[in-house]
Amino acid sequence: MNIALSEFAPLSTEIFVLTMACIILIVDVFLSEQHRIVSYVLSLATLLVAALISGSMLDNETAVVLNGTFVSDPMAALLKTSIFLITFGVFMYSRAYLVARGIFSGEYYVLGLFAVLGMMVLVSAHNLLTIYLGLELLSLSLYALVAFNRDSADASEAAMKYFVLGALASGMLLYGISMLYGSTGSLDIAEITTAISASDEMGIIQIFALCFIVVGLAFKFGAVPFHMWVPDVYHGAPTPVTLFIGSAPKIAAFAMALRLLEQTLGGLSADWQDMLTILAVLSLAIGNVIAIAQSNIKRMLAYSTISHVGFLLLGLIAGTDEGYSAAMFYAITYALMAIGGFGMIILLSRAGFEADRLDDFKGLNERSPWFALMMLILMFSMAGVPPTVGFYAKLSVLQAVIHVDMVWLAVTAVFFSIIGAFYYIRVIKLMYFDEPETAEPLRPSTDLQIVMSLNGLAVLGLGVFPGGLLTLCAAVLA
Amino acid sequence: MMDFPLLSVLVWLPILGGVTLLVMEALGFPDIRPTALIVALATFLLSMLLYTNFDMNTASMQFQELAPWIAAFKVNYHLGVDGISMPLIILTTFTTVLVVLAGWEVIKHKIGQYMAAFLIMEGLMNGVFAALDAVLFYVFWEAMLVPMFLIIGVWGGPRRVYATIKFFLYTFLGSVFMLVALIYMHLQSGAFGILDFHRLPLGMTEQILIFLAFLMAFAVKVPMWPVHTWLPDAHVEAPTGGSVILAAIMLKIGGYGFLRFSLPITPDASHALDWLIILMSLVAVVYIGFVALVQEDMKKLIAYSSIAHMGFVTLGIFLVFTLLDNTGSTQGAALGMEGGMVQMISHGFISGALFLCVGVLYDRLHSRQISDYGGVVNTMPVFAAFMVMFALANAGLPGTSGFVGEFMVILASFKANFWFALLAATTLILGAAYSLWLVKRVIFGEIANDGVRQLEDINKREFTILASLAAVVLLFGLWPAPLIEIMHASVDNLLAHVSVSKLPHETGLVLLGAGN
Repeated sequence: MNIALSEFAPLSTEIFVLTMACIILIVDVFLSEQHRIVSYVLSLATLLVAALISGSMLDNETAVVLNGTFVSDPMAALLKTSIFLITFGVFMYSRAYLVARGIFSGEYYVLGLFAVLGMMVLVSAHNLLTIYLGLELLSLSLYALVAFNRDSADASEAAMKYFVLGALASGMLLYGISMLYGSTGSLDIAEITTAISASDEMGIIQIFALCFIVVGLAFKFGAVPFHMWVPDVYHGAPTPVTLFIGSAPKIAAFAMALRLLEQTLGGLSADWQDMLTILAVLSLAIGNVIAIAQSNIKRMLAYSTISHVGFLLLGLIAGTDEGYSAAMFYAITYALMAIGGFGMIILLSRAGFEADRLDDFKGLNERSPWFALMMLILMFSMAGVPPTVGFYAKLSVLQAVIHVDMVWLAVTAVFFSIIGAFYYIRVIKLMYFDEPETAEPLRPSTDLQIVMSLNGLAVLGLGVFPGGLLTLCAAVLA
Repeated sequence: MMDFPLLSVLVWLPILGGVTLLVMEALGFPDIRPTALIVALATFLLSMLLYTNFDMNTASMQFQELAPWIAAFKVNYHLGVDGISMPLIILTTFTTVLVVLAGWEVIKHKIGQYMAAFLIMEGLMNGVFAALDAVLFYVFWEAMLVPMFLIIGVWGGPRRVYATIKFFLYTFLGSVFMLVALIYMHLQSGAFGILDFHRLPLGMTEQILIFLAFLMAFAVKVPMWPVHTWLPDAHVEAPTGGSVILAAIMLKIGGYGFLRFSLPITPDASHALDWLIILMSLVAVVYIGFVALVQEDMKKLIAYSSIAHMGFVTLGIFLVFTLLDNTGSTQGAALGMEGGMVQMISHGFISGALFLCVGVLYDRLHSRQISDYGGVVNTMPVFAAFMVMFALANAGLPGTSGFVGEFMVILASFKANFWFALLAATTLILGAAYSLWLVKRVIFGEIANDGVRQLEDINKREFTILASLAAVVLLFGLWPAPLIEIMHASVDNLLAHVSVSKLPHETGLVLLGAGN
């Protein structure tokens, strides 16, 4: 089969990131320890340039290339840009932590870039095999990253758990895909859609396929009851890796859900909406309630992620463009809040000390009023209190849900968000109302200070002026 | 004058001032209190422009500002005031000046953050009263919780953490359901404008559900019996300034919400369920009055007395339907509603003053227990005069502003139903009982202990605060006309609006003269 050279233009971002990842891998080999910073700077530059390239593709026409396996549309451009920027934040947060623990090596950044590449493939997939390819590239990089600190027993255990469960979920997804292939005779998203809408009655095999695909998706999202890996992996992984797993992949998971459920299986929407409703309500309930009982902030944020996934799923359940754009806005802004939350743990940690207990946040306002304020903004944003961006994420999802006459679902969601508010404000209580446990002054490195401040201010700024991003999310789906 | 964005300035000047204070503290300025005072005073003086340029003959919104804000949701940055909200804004700016002064020497710990929290709070509260867009309103309404949460939690008493988390979760619980109702109405009307909601036709079931959602939000804020339990805790643990702002303004936001949202948006549901509100209000007046009587802690006593007084506000507001049915004219109904509103403003001054009085004592002896005092008049005669005056105003003594609102509401309830009036009038006895008994035990009598013997009378700063409040309390007690004139056109307009049913014509009935 012949592929015209012009078909590679929509892939320019992917090609660029792949090339750079390989270059950094090679360059890193020749760097001495004190020049390791070069890999870091190169990785950041790669992400920045990639963000510029994909950002410039926002207005491009939708193009399906490479024999229908790859699609470049405005949605993909927006999601990729967000993934680059979020990962840029992740890398900046990570450096100081890795340096302090003597694991500041190029592999972290190379694996991170390959994970980013996996996410990009996932976001732009137009064929079920492309989806699987992207997912595996992402997952395998993440498994390796979790085990990155090889001397840590916790991390190895978490990686093993993540790998076994993740492989199981991938298997489920692949099984679902194979059934879909069997019943429609194609792996192409557009062709499957046509085949499903052409068949009058839904074959039982398609429902089965849907079940397996939803299970695979729910696992990647970490939605209840497929959430068991989330707290353990978040807890066991080195904090910079937790930061990564908890942020950008959620955007990719959203894209995967949209490609699979809406674009491929839109004809079965009544069925998957029911399934997602159960997942969403359970996630909201279990996530918010169990988070209260946590004393480790990484575990608390893990359960908080689960509850946020529940909220995000509500947007998909609405099944309208309004709902999808709300879920997209939710995914992007959640990733922004999540890196801030985990980033604060890194900021408080120092060599030989992990600030991952809730008690480590005690009296932060005494030690550093500025970073306490940033964490305050982030926590209120996660709780959905205005004027932070988390409020608009919840508002847009609720609006989409109420618009399709599912007021009960909206009421359930807000009810659990009240429960959720408790553990977020408990963090604020620790920072502002309690005395610090240690007099150790905070000495975060400059890049950490910059990224933390930018992160907190972005959450506040997007909360005061959410209009632009909201409009963008609606526009790329139109 | 109309081109000057006065309301925006009133919202954003204090917020930016607060941020400036935070920056100044971070940079290590030695004394930031004057800056806080200047910002608070400037805001207050600017807010007087609202009064001087206010057109009392119209019920339409004045000083309006309109700009698109979030295009995707058709949310506008829409501000404006009428006779209902304008007095509350001035109350806010006035009280903030006093609160800044009250914290002047008392607050030692992170005073920059303390003052900043109050200034930011002031801007947000002004925003709540001025917002004419539901999302804008909700943003200010919720954002307000953040500084208050910190004020109680950081500078509060021993059980401050329990109190502030209870406060936050209670109010958050109330308001999220309101958010669902607001979104629902947005989808019905296609806009988030509060005035659009006023015109939105709604069926009875929808109205009842929306009314209940609003009730959850506003009843918690007012607070009405039986969701009042956060208030005594929050008041007792809050620093003096926090108690003052809570009592003087935050409670009023609940009453304001009934007037701005519940009544005009869901008139039929308000009519159908007014018995519920009247019942809850009367329970607050009578039962909470008795509860106030047995308090040992001065702040708790005043907190319970606040709940009882706020019962009068909600009673006055929701008497309108009975009055409309009985008298058949909006004239008679206006009495109850205006009474409720006067009561809101007056209670803002009086309860604020009482909390400041307790603060004065607490700063000296570090106790709020009534039993730790006695015979204060012997050592603090000037202070005693003020405290007695405010206590009498709290009991509704004629000549003070406390009398005007209570009297109007009791008068209105006589027109509505004898039994309402009888129960409401028990406040005259109960209010007098708990206020005067408080004064008797704290102020009069022999000097109780050495602590009281060593008390020093109030200084110039404290005198200024209490004297300005006393002047206002007397002014509105002797000459309430300016306050009522401001409200008049807006209240008439509101009554005319609620007297027309929103239900479809076949089932709808004009409430006027329908009788029950």
